[in-house]
Amino acid sequence: MDFELAPQVVRYRERVREIIAAHHTPEAVQHQHASGTFNNPALNRALAAEGLVERAVPGLGAGDPIELWVLFNEMEKAGAPLDALAMAVMIAGVVQHVGTAEQKAAVIPAVTAGDALICLGYSEADAGSDLSSLTTRATRAGDQWVINGAKMWTTMAHEARWVILLARTDASLPRHRGLTMFLLPMDTPGVRVDPVHTMATERTNATFYDDVRVGDDCVLGEVNGGWQVMSVALSFERGVMGGTNPGVALLRHSAQWAHDSGRINEPAVREKLARVAIDNHVAALLTQRSAWIAASGGMPGLEGSMTKLFASEAYQQASRWFQEMAGAEGLLQLLQPGAAADGWIEYDARHSPVTTIYGGTSEIIRNNIAERHLGLPRMRR
Amino acid sequence: MQLAFSADQQVLAEAFGQFFSRESPTSVVRRAEPLGFDAPLWSALGAMEVWGSDATLSDLCVIGETAGHALAPVPFAEHVVVSRLLAWPALLSADSVGTISPRTANAQGIWSIVPAGAIADIVVGLDGDEFVAATSPAPFAGPANHACAPLADRDSRTGERSVIGNRHDFERAMSELKVIAASMLVGVAALALEMGVEYVQQRHQFGVPIGSFQTVQHGLADLPGRIDGARLLTHQAAQALDLGRVGHNVVANNEITDPHSLASMALLFASDIAADATARSLHFHGGYGFSDEYDIQLAYRRARGWALVLGDPTAERLALANRLWPSAVRP
Repeated sequence: MDFELAPQVVRYRERVREIIAAHHTPEAVQHQHASGTFNNPALNRALAAEGLVERAVPGLGAGDPIELWVLFNEMEKAGAPLDALAMAVMIAGVVQHVGTAEQKAAVIPAVTAGDALICLGYSEADAGSDLSSLTTRATRAGDQWVINGAKMWTTMAHEARWVILLARTDASLPRHRGLTMFLLPMDTPGVRVDPVHTMATERTNATFYDDVRVGDDCVLGEVNGGWQVMSVALSFERGVMGGTNPGVALLRHSAQWAHDSGRINEPAVREKLARVAIDNHVAALLTQRSAWIAASGGMPGLEGSMTKLFASEAYQQASRWFQEMAGAEGLLQLLQPGAAADGWIEYDARHSPVTTIYGGTSEIIRNNIAERHLGLPRMRR
Repeated sequence: MQLAFSADQQVLAEAFGQFFSRESPTSVVRRAEPLGFDAPLWSALGAMEVWGSDATLSDLCVIGETAGHALAPVPFAEHVVVSRLLAWPALLSADSVGTISPRTANAQGIWSIVPAGAIADIVVGLDGDEFVAATSPAPFAGPANHACAPLADRDSRTGERSVIGNRHDFERAMSELKVIAASMLVGVAALALEMGVEYVQQRHQFGVPIGSFQTVQHGLADLPGRIDGARLLTHQAAQALDLGRVGHNVVANNEITDPHSLASMALLFASDIAADATARSLHFHGGYGFSDEYDIQLAYRRARGWALVLGDPTAERLALANRLWPSAVRP
């Protein structure tokens, strides 16, 4: 095995780091926590201005997939908000793959300029892990589609220019075959966004679609081919667009707390620091492996989910360890005097629960590994 | 970048995988108990020309994983390290068996509970600040132990003794031992997972294979990602030692390139997953897993024995912490 990065990748990484350092400022972080919107438009634009976003677009950019991995891994390690940009970049790749010439012309330059965000309209109130049971409908009316339904967890919908919306277009077909993906401008009449506030400050949304009328130009991919479009999106994600190294920022904060509090010399603290350092390192190697598999023409879907499973479970455990070690100071939030690591210990403990839920729950991932990797019988339901 | 075995390494993995499954089935592992050494297997391995070859540490980790996967009752890691260190003809021909004591000799010059101490005639280790090699006949006996490993106390001051280096040289040799041991533990973990997956498909209860139950599936599904991670980390540590760079650690940015830190991390992570994989697999075997008759107990005991003979993992993690956060070392 050879773990060395090519020189141009090292240069790309250095430049990404410099830009993150310049734009991921304490003021930007404070603004994100005050507004609940975890996105840094100045950072996105600065990366885009040098073509670093375009290089990373899956299936399009010259740097995909290695630089795609580097870009989002660096953002994640720095603690910079990345999900908004990651969704836009991933969907730009999907549009490049299955979109019409008009869709490409509209979406790709807007995303690679770091301007436009795209949110994901997949989950519904009653369709989460069992996504293909979704009930949002698009029915034909002349040469138009009329969409009715509601989506949950449409994070960034209040800032996004488009939503990609998975809707049922043929109820007579088996569940996952009668679905169509729409690429819908968020300012289309009939689209409503309601905030959903979360325990971790971050705002997400519920979005509602009441008699939303659009033409065929808003169909992304084939009619009744929505599940395949979603598979393309998943295949582009490959577990390299963030979500596999949340423990790096946690460890930085925990080491800061250990130094500031004078607890750094306690063996119990040092042992936990070392454990988290190992887990973080392994998570990074597994992520790098996914990028390498993709670069070698493979499809690291399962490897990506194994990485997410390991990294999110380890992060959750670590966030609990350090909050417990910090004791009462570990309860104090950002900007509160005396808060452990300026409140980051508390924040990680509050944020970590979502990481084993979104992007595929740990249970769904374990089902997939058991059936598709270990070859165990389809589970007894 | 190449995050899988190279073509040459695939050939090695296949050749040694076949060798060990032919020469070291679990009947041989059992035959070697309680001493934990099988002389015919040792001779056969010598004929494979591993010792004294120009194999890199990375290549040796490929072989080490196959040895671990077979629970091979031979001192692979110990002999590799001492052969590379001393390159004495008797070691390269495998007429002698070499080993290294992780523990410093006590005031009387005794190295206690030395891995492969029962079967090695050349033992290297620290006596005070001196890194010494002591040659004396192997006792071929030692205390009964968890892993049926050939452990024994050895005297650093009898027989032929030569000073071969200092504490720094010892650390380097120990890092090599940790990496090879990690590769063997990855093999043990992979074996345990395979045994578990096979058993839960054979074993029926309530009219269905127990492997169709979600609780059982999920207990196994946690393992392959961690096993892959342990293999990657082991090979990264091996590459770092092979390249011989000093490396540097910027933990705040998740950059650890110091070979000794990586070796320590590889051993810790591989030990952990080997202990976990064997425990879960044994559990899913039910009562049979606890019986002598089934092979999973062989893996369970070696997962612990091969790791703990190198030291207490808590102490290893604290030593790692000293490398990662050196400025905070207690005065």
